[in-house]
Amino acid sequence: MWEILTAATRSKTGKGKTNVDRFLTLLRVLLIGLLVIGFLAFIAQQINPQNAFAQRVNPDATGLTAAQFKGLLVTGLSQGAMYGLIALGYSMVYGVLGFINFAHGEVFMLGAFSGFITSSKLFEAGAWEANFILSLLLVVLISIIVSTGAAVIMERVAYRPLRGSPRLIPLITSIGVSFFIQNAVILLFGPGAKGYPRLPEWLTEKRSILTFEIEGTKILVLIVAAVSMASLWWFVERTKTGKAMRAVAEDKEIASLMGINVNRTIVTTFAVGGAMAGVAGILWGILFRSVIATSGFLPGIKAFTAAVIGGIGNLGGAMAGGISLGTAESLLPLMILEPLGVNGVSQLRDAIAFLLLILVLLIKPTGLFGEKLSGDDRA
Amino acid sequence: MSEDTRTPLLEFRDINTHYGAVHILKDVNLAIYPGELVCLLGGNASGKSTTLKTLLGMVTPTTGDVVLDGEVVTNQPTSYRVERGITMVPENRRLFKRLSVKENLELGAYLRKDKDGMASDMERIFEMFPRVKERLNQKSGTLSGGEQQMVAMGRALMSRPRVLLMDEPSMGLAPALVQTNFELIQQIHADGVAIFMVEQNANMALSIADRGWVLQTGRVVLDDTADALLVHPELRASYLGDAGGH
Repeated sequence: MWEILTAATRSKTGKGKTNVDRFLTLLRVLLIGLLVIGFLAFIAQQINPQNAFAQRVNPDATGLTAAQFKGLLVTGLSQGAMYGLIALGYSMVYGVLGFINFAHGEVFMLGAFSGFITSSKLFEAGAWEANFILSLLLVVLISIIVSTGAAVIMERVAYRPLRGSPRLIPLITSIGVSFFIQNAVILLFGPGAKGYPRLPEWLTEKRSILTFEIEGTKILVLIVAAVSMASLWWFVERTKTGKAMRAVAEDKEIASLMGINVNRTIVTTFAVGGAMAGVAGILWGILFRSVIATSGFLPGIKAFTAAVIGGIGNLGGAMAGGISLGTAESLLPLMILEPLGVNGVSQLRDAIAFLLLILVLLIKPTGLFGEKLSGDDRA
Repeated sequence: MSEDTRTPLLEFRDINTHYGAVHILKDVNLAIYPGELVCLLGGNASGKSTTLKTLLGMVTPTTGDVVLDGEVVTNQPTSYRVERGITMVPENRRLFKRLSVKENLELGAYLRKDKDGMASDMERIFEMFPRVKERLNQKSGTLSGGEQQMVAMGRALMSRPRVLLMDEPSMGLAPALVQTNFELIQQIHADGVAIFMVEQNANMALSIADRGWVLQTGRVVLDDTADALLVHPELRASYLGDAGGH
């Protein structure tokens, strides 16, 4: 245990511990200690609400019923699947160009926004209610086109001219692109929230699967996310273009020596990441049925967190990071924070998400599935 | 061989290359004929790497032409030249370490469409390097240095090159492997592939080459047969060292 706690920052020069090392070790012990105490108190309280230890930590804790737990788990999983889909875009672009595209959250928002526009037009025309499945397919298709287009244009206009510059420069540019898109959307469509049209009842009603009572929308989200991730995996691992993408991610010069068109491969990477974000945008629309110009910000940051937790540059890691982040922020407030006596825990989802990020960075900075990357400092 | 009337496979015509204001290659003329094994010798910063990059189209010369089998390709991209039969085994091998050996070989044939030809070429590579076949599904980063060298050569051969450029093939290899490596180069050469080798190890390179050039601060200072270069007094003094036998 101590090994894990101290290994990550052990000084490489062998000069012994600095005060920073000691502080970080303390932080690790403190965070893990809190998590363990909270979780133990939760378990104790679940077994016996009158348990002395649980009473001592937080006498007001109510615990979770099985139904509540299952509900939170499913909510977390569906939210996490969405984070995972967005995280893929961060991770793929990082893998190929070595910088974080902070405007990727806006690509997701544009997907959700175009979904709102298409679905409300279809609703006005009566098609949304007459033929829901076909309408939804059309909505998804258009949102994929919009998001893919946005990502590709972004690469061409904002990032390609900066190729070869230190990687801080495209990073800061991406923050600028993010502001630009948010404000362009406010200018075009106004700052207010836009509501998706009503979903048919057969989709929203709860269904019973393996003793879980799940809303149909969440089932849809989970299925769509799983299919998208599987097809992305197939694309990257099994197709010639996917192989070229992995080659470009590792060594652009040698990739071009193989005859691979590096620019086109980079565009493909942006396009595929954009398509995934477009799908995620529609899933957001189905889950929350509302979108505003700033909708991309928090999910974007969370997805970035998920990508880092999973190990940035690693696609399996992005998916796993997204799902674990979604589940953790749904379950942990009630499983760890409440037993510890924190107030208003249901509003602390975001805090849990970023706490998790800090924890991962403290203990395994390369992420759960990450590998050490080269010291190459160019974009 | 200098009286050759055949069309060179690969040619440099009065090449001048600049990096910004720095003049790297100065009026360089080179010609490689089909089936030849030639070497370019030179110390650090003599312009060897720039020569290779110019041949491959990763650097565009300021003046002069690169000619591939009679066709001027000076302004053509790398992929165009690779498709027409020129490729390189880079210095330090530079395999795609996270990709499997098989994927590395397949990437070598990235521009090819003839599935059958690719399959038979892969079989030939397995015959040449049986070890490669054993490691086929392993990530290439987990291979030993010698095995990686085999994969790097196999990857280059998968594009079915007519001329193979080799950048410092003995660099970063254990001394025992250097000898094996030069034997592999001769084996590939015996298969009919022209080889253009850039080397610091002049003795070893000249012992297997037909002809050679010596590059010094971007200028070709010597151009002769390998046998003549091996006994050339100036070259012996500066590169081969007095004790350098062959």
